[in-house]
Amino acid sequence: MSGLPEVEEQLDWLRSMHLIRGFEDEVNAFFAKGLVRGSTHLCQGQEAVSVGACRALAEQDTMTCTYRGHGAVLAKGAPLDRTFAEILGRAGGLCGGKGGSMHLTDTSVGAFGSFAVIGAHLPIANGLALGGRLLGRDSVSLCFFGDGTANIGAFHEALNLAAIWKLPVVFVCENNLYGEYTAIAKTTPIDALADRADSYGMAKARIDGNDVGVVYDTVTDAADRARSGGGPSLIEAMTYRHKGHSRSDPAAYRPDGELESWLEWDPILLHERALGEQGVAEATLGEIGTAAAAAVATARDRALSWPEPDAATRLEDVYA
Amino acid sequence: MSEITYREGLRRALHDAMAEDQTVIVLGEDVAAAGGAFKVTDGLLERFGEDRVLDTPISEQAIIGAAIGAAAQGLRPVAEVMFADFAATCFDGIANQLPKYRYMTGGQVSVPAVVRMANGAGGGYAAQHSQSVENWFLNVPGLKVATPARPADAYGLLRAAIDDPDPVLVFEHKGLYNAKEEVGELRRVELGKAAVVRSGTDLTVVASQQMLHRALEAAAGLAAEGIEATVIDPRTVAPLDVATVLGSVEATNRLLVVQESPAAGSWGATLVAEVSEQAFELFDAPPRLLSGEATPIPYAASLESHWLPSVERIADAVRAVVEF
Repeated sequence: MSGLPEVEEQLDWLRSMHLIRGFEDEVNAFFAKGLVRGSTHLCQGQEAVSVGACRALAEQDTMTCTYRGHGAVLAKGAPLDRTFAEILGRAGGLCGGKGGSMHLTDTSVGAFGSFAVIGAHLPIANGLALGGRLLGRDSVSLCFFGDGTANIGAFHEALNLAAIWKLPVVFVCENNLYGEYTAIAKTTPIDALADRADSYGMAKARIDGNDVGVVYDTVTDAADRARSGGGPSLIEAMTYRHKGHSRSDPAAYRPDGELESWLEWDPILLHERALGEQGVAEATLGEIGTAAAAAVATARDRALSWPEPDAATRLEDVYA
Repeated sequence: MSEITYREGLRRALHDAMAEDQTVIVLGEDVAAAGGAFKVTDGLLERFGEDRVLDTPISEQAIIGAAIGAAAQGLRPVAEVMFADFAATCFDGIANQLPKYRYMTGGQVSVPAVVRMANGAGGGYAAQHSQSVENWFLNVPGLKVATPARPADAYGLLRAAIDDPDPVLVFEHKGLYNAKEEVGELRRVELGKAAVVRSGTDLTVVASQQMLHRALEAAAGLAAEGIEATVIDPRTVAPLDVATVLGSVEATNRLLVVQESPAAGSWGATLVAEVSEQAFELFDAPPRLLSGEATPIPYAASLESHWLPSVERIADAVRAVVEF
């Protein structure tokens, strides 16, 4: 294992997780006010996977994720205000208001897209890895997806090809126990999705996805292996979605007490505890939370003040 | 001048593009060591090496995805999907990812990828290896679709497709790989420009790929009867060069469109609709669309030969339009 970085860096992980949590709470509020069109898929509870994995990457690395990707895109470095603005459908949004909640993209920070068809981006993540290798960029392609993706054909085609070509890809499965509305045990005959790596002769790990340090450590090792020609890895990060699948899902199918027990294993609480054990004062931790809340509010207000896109822009970007 | 085959036109396009531009790569099933199921990629591996000429597993979704991602990083991948019918196995990649990546991201990502596929009935390959499926993708803004019929155009359209900053689907035709043509210096052919292949004053026939060759044969026969047809090859069906067809119909006042695929939702139907909408008053006879039949493609020679528009049926359709 590569070990944890300095406390300052770990404090920044906490800051980032707070920003994502606060961002998602605001998006939830936007939705209730009718400010978000279509649907939106929130990631509260899964922040440690996004932050731990993205912080293990280098500047030239790429990241692709799913429609539940607000946290991943923010963790990779997209600005809060422009991310809010995209979800609000504003001209200053990351994609000019053409993508919305499910397609957040900021290539300037290596966030190469949020994809809304299950499994679609795993083959594309391979291509980003292949392109990076042939162009001599020394880049790793990080690919987030959910547990439900492990049952779609593109998952298997992509893992097989990545393994055959020894592509520098780190596949990170965020296992939040539910594929949309259905418990993973009802759709999947094996317990550990990471075991599917065995079929492709690929390195694997099954980890506590709510422990940001463990995620960072595991992805750092996988990225090092990928960069040095050792091929791809499949990491299964066990986590939990505090909210339902989308904003139309109250998640009534969850057994009594399940959410409550996971709230006690909340990634922010866990990391605060870990930092406390490393000697960080409680007041310092509190200040980080307060500062993050202020930053979220400022970015939210800025995005809300921005105009809607000019109607003529809808015709742009179809072709180069 | 020298004579080359359609296959050779395609093969030279790949060789020349890879020699000129280090970012061009080729990937697909059997494209490297075997030189391709249709031998279009023959010799590429030996000349350009295994980093740039990649055999893949039988995994069409993985092939298209790899092409998209590599293009997003700045390469110019040319992916082969072998029989065009197999596009159905990677429909999401071709219809949902490839053409929308630029738009959904507000122009942040360019996808200069080419997907080569082999269309074509007439060889007895039955219902799942014979279709011409370019029409499946006409309803997806963001794609360009080329359908070369002749060797020089095969070269020129594939070169232009590889140069293009947007995704281009290139549909080859299995029945034409051995078709020959005298060619001069091979050049790129601009996407979206039809070619007037034969000039006549009595009607305009628009036909692509195998149907172009049959239409030309029918036109040669009809000349002996005193009917002179203009024959136009659209060359790309997206963009579709309606202007060239309109210009011809202004002179002939009659239109017949011939295509190999069934009529519903096709480029031929679109062309008839566009010309009718823009210049209805030009017509001296109702425009006509002759298509493959609305059934799956049958196997037996006696069945498949009826399924495809034949030279005789094209000639009959021409007479019907001219004598209306």
